[in-house]
Amino acid sequence: MQTMVRLSGLCKSFGPHRVLRDITLDVAAGEVVCVIGPSGSGKSTMLRCINHLEKPDSGTITVDGELIGYEREGDNLRELSSKRIAAQRAKMGMVFQRFNLFPHLTVLQNIVEAPVAVRKMPKQVAEAEAMRLLKLVDLTEKASAYPSALSGGQMQRVAIARALAMQPRLVLFDEPTSALDPELVGEVLEVMRELATTGITMIVVTHEISFARDIGDKLVFMAEGQIVETGEPKAVIEDPKHARTREFLSRFR
Amino acid sequence: MALQSVAPKLLPPRHPLRTASACVVLALLAALVASLASNPNMQWSVVADYLFGSQILYGLVNTIVLTVLCMAIAIVIGIVLAIMGMSRNPVLYFVAQGYIWFFRGVPLLVQLVFWFNLALLWPRIGLTVPPLGIDLSVSTNDLITSFVASVLGLALHEAAYMAEIVRAGLLGVDSGQTEAGRSLGMSDNQLMRRIVLPQAMRIIVPPTGNQFISLLKATSLVAFIAGGELMTAVQNVYSHNFRVIPLLIVASIWYLVVTTLATGLQTYLERRVGKGFSTAASPSAQRG
Ligand SMILES: Nc1ncnc2c1ncn2[C@@H]1O[C@H](COP(=O)(O)OP(=O)(O)OP(=O)(O)O)[C@@H](O)[C@H]1O
Ligand SMILES: [Mg+2]
Repeated sequence: MQTMVRLSGLCKSFGPHRVLRDITLDVAAGEVVCVIGPSGSGKSTMLRCINHLEKPDSGTITVDGELIGYEREGDNLRELSSKRIAAQRAKMGMVFQRFNLFPHLTVLQNIVEAPVAVRKMPKQVAEAEAMRLLKLVDLTEKASAYPSALSGGQMQRVAIARALAMQPRLVLFDEPTSALDPELVGEVLEVMRELATTGITMIVVTHEISFARDIGDKLVFMAEGQIVETGEPKAVIEDPKHARTREFLSRFR
Repeated sequence: MALQSVAPKLLPPRHPLRTASACVVLALLAALVASLASNPNMQWSVVADYLFGSQILYGLVNTIVLTVLCMAIAIVIGIVLAIMGMSRNPVLYFVAQGYIWFFRGVPLLVQLVFWFNLALLWPRIGLTVPPLGIDLSVSTNDLITSFVASVLGLALHEAAYMAEIVRAGLLGVDSGQTEAGRSLGMSDNQLMRRIVLPQAMRIIVPPTGNQFISLLKATSLVAFIAGGELMTAVQNVYSHNFRVIPLLIVASIWYLVVTTLATGLQTYLERRVGKGFSTAASPSAQRG
């Protein structure tokens, strides 16, 4: 199967604090990879490195065969211009824990903003596509509402539609349900479940173990900046190989 | 049915002290107004004669043009300075800091008189390449009229304040907004114009309204270099007829009228840029 994301030897420190230590991971096209691990283990940082919101100290990242953030210059890697990095980011979506919707724009404007500004899509085309996506996340009637008038679950569904509007082949989710009231988690997971069947590649940092087990193709357990264990979700959850994984998972029973 | 009692009406509390103090203040105000209205030194008939005088109205138009033009220039320079000041490029950062330090630190009047006398420093301004016989320079006194000196002085001084206001506005936008824009592939420029600045406007507009009103009044300093605005016009008139007080009243009335209009405009703008921010609407509504 074709590789969509390849992380190799990824390291990242904030000052003396080594947040990512030699991360190596392959994600196949169409795969749904769930990442779990204790707070501070570097999950968000890894995700943010993939779209170059965070600059790695060493190691390489390729997405769809393209080196992210750098180009080869002899034996070295030279950081790309911000314009070319932006072009790379445009090809992947990201969904944030705190939604980060644009509060000064309506739901529809939030979704068409990037297709119109970045991909130069004609406004009518972008709006028609946005309405299709709003239908997908079941929010057609909120098209002209401002984000401040939505519930958390609705905001996150709009954020997912906004990411999808750029027609990415890869979407990164950073704890998409952690900021939600428990009764709103389900509606967002439902949208993600549906998305997973479309063949899009997803990397999902989450604390929803049942989502990881039912929907994930692969489960990654991280601790202290390292990948401790990787495998088929059911196998990892029911029979963890490492004591550290077992200890972490025992909190969810 | 007979057991059901009538629901009591909810009455506001009594405020005897508040009522009494309001009466005292109103009485004092009335006395002041009566005294001013009946004081022959106020020369209200002279005020009426000059309020719509052509010289005065000409000065008023100049005051408004000068204020709007200088504010527009100051906002543009202010945005550029604010972005430079937040840049990681140390040269840009220090240039922006230096600008703000200088133009905020030297009194406005000094700056105005300086620009007016620029010819003392450089008698001619422009490009000259003597070996090629090119001379594109002009006499500084022809170029820097008192109007141009007024615009330079007011706009460059105001820009230093606007830079700080814009900077506070930019810093007030949540970093998650920038990240969301970046993750969608927006360039720095698009991010600034489409995401950050529109949200920063909510923070920028109220203090800018304040600055606009102080700039409006600061234009009166231009009278020192015969700038031709309202205060210059008033001075011209009373230097001939010596009716100082009524003419100052004429000027005050017009400054108050324009300030009132500007306040209305500010309230309107605050509503507009506050769209989508549920918390922004209520405080401005309460103040309005
Ligand atoms: N910009 C930053 N500057 C300094 N330290 C940072 C920065 N971002 C993250 N860190 C630190 O890096 C470590 C890993 O952070 P990260 O956000 O990747 O963890 P996480 O696994 O996503 O945790 P959580 O489950 O709490 O979201 C943490 O100790 C955090 O304090
Ligand atoms: Mg995190």
